[in-house]
Amino acid sequence: MATRGFTGRRPAPEVADRVPPGQSITQGFPVLSAGPTPRVTLDNWSFALKAGPRLVKRWNWAEFCVLPRTEVNRDIHCVTKWSKLDTTWTGVLIDDLLADAGLAPPTPFALAHSYDGYSTNVPVADLVGGKAMVATRYAGNSLAPEHGAPARLLVPHLYFWKSAKWISGLQFTERDEAGFWELRGYHTYGDPWREQRFSGN
Amino acid sequence: MTVTDADTQADHLLWQAAVIERIETQTAKVKSFYLRPQKWRFFRAGQHLDVRLTAPDGYEVQRSYSVASEPGLAGLYELVVERLKDGEISPFLHDVAAVGDVLEVRGPFGGHFVWNAADGGPLLLIAGGSGIAPLMSIVRHSTAVGGDVAVVLLQAARTWNDVIYREELHALDAAGAGFALMLSLSRDAARRPQDAGRRIDAPLLEAALARLGVAPRLTFVCGSNPFVEAVTGHLLDLGFDPQTVRTERFGW
Repeated sequence: MATRGFTGRRPAPEVADRVPPGQSITQGFPVLSAGPTPRVTLDNWSFALKAGPRLVKRWNWAEFCVLPRTEVNRDIHCVTKWSKLDTTWTGVLIDDLLADAGLAPPTPFALAHSYDGYSTNVPVADLVGGKAMVATRYAGNSLAPEHGAPARLLVPHLYFWKSAKWISGLQFTERDEAGFWELRGYHTYGDPWREQRFSGN
Repeated sequence: MTVTDADTQADHLLWQAAVIERIETQTAKVKSFYLRPQKWRFFRAGQHLDVRLTAPDGYEVQRSYSVASEPGLAGLYELVVERLKDGEISPFLHDVAAVGDVLEVRGPFGGHFVWNAADGGPLLLIAGGSGIAPLMSIVRHSTAVGGDVAVVLLQAARTWNDVIYREELHALDAAGAGFALMLSLSRDAARRPQDAGRRIDAPLLEAALARLGVAPRLTFVCGSNPFVEAVTGHLLDLGFDPQTVRTERFGW
């Protein structure tokens, strides 16, 4: 249904096929958070890898910083309609975390947990194989507090609420357990190319 | 009967036509659009709608807008739109869209930045600019149904003339039914003793707390990201439990 008088502003043709349906390109970096930015310092930061309730390994900041680093350049897509192209991140691939812990994924599902109480579920298949990392740097700099410092999950091929800010750990779960937004009407998987914004999409 | 994807989707996920029934100028940069959808769905105060515009060649663009009207205003959704100079949608809505035009909407959506009477109070609401929209729905809903819920709204704007819903909020404040308004004007002088001619800072938040009398059960903060970051930083400094503070941020 055409909207009377609306012409709109299309993305440049050379990037149009990188913009999923319903999304618009932003040059900024909007912030969406359910609550205040938590105050996480490097002194008290740690990252826990759990299989169900069992702690497999915990890294403090110094230990985390000696893990292999990987840089990636990816387009990111937020369910609030913005997409940002060519974002550059540095961090530790989930593959490298698992290798350091000597753990093969024990279940097909995982929950990322954050310092502010946030959580989000991601299938393990979307975390391994170089698809996801725990990112500590964006565009060559440490993360800004409002963007998840000191570390956030980066799962760039899913809507960005899956890329949990202020991440405190990753937990393998027997079932696909809904996280914060997934419990509040958002899609359990969140593929931007299939426009899986909401539960039932 | 053929079962389509649409038949199996939840109602609120389906795009539907909504007629612009009324447009109200709120301030120099802000207008309210009252939309009457084909099928109005109940919403919770604080929720938002998705709006979709389509060009003649099929190009589509979507945005989310908080509903400012009260859930009790059945049949209509009021959306608050600030005209952004470089925006794709807001200049169209301000300059081109007219009463009788049809937009597409779906929703309501959002399950966190919401309030209903069962959530109780007291409530501290903090709005920056057009961030008043979802908070206005909460104010209207709490005064309509939540009779004994104490609510303080701390509303930030550049000047007195940029205060969205100024007359309605002052009338509610004067009615004295548990609702109090405090203004923070960054580029204007305070006109009442409870208002401040400066940005929101810790002393102003302490004054809002004093006006509430007891610690708020929930605090809702909505505005631009820098606004929300600054305000919530002060709230954490003041010892607020972050689990009681809900935020919504906008800006591209």
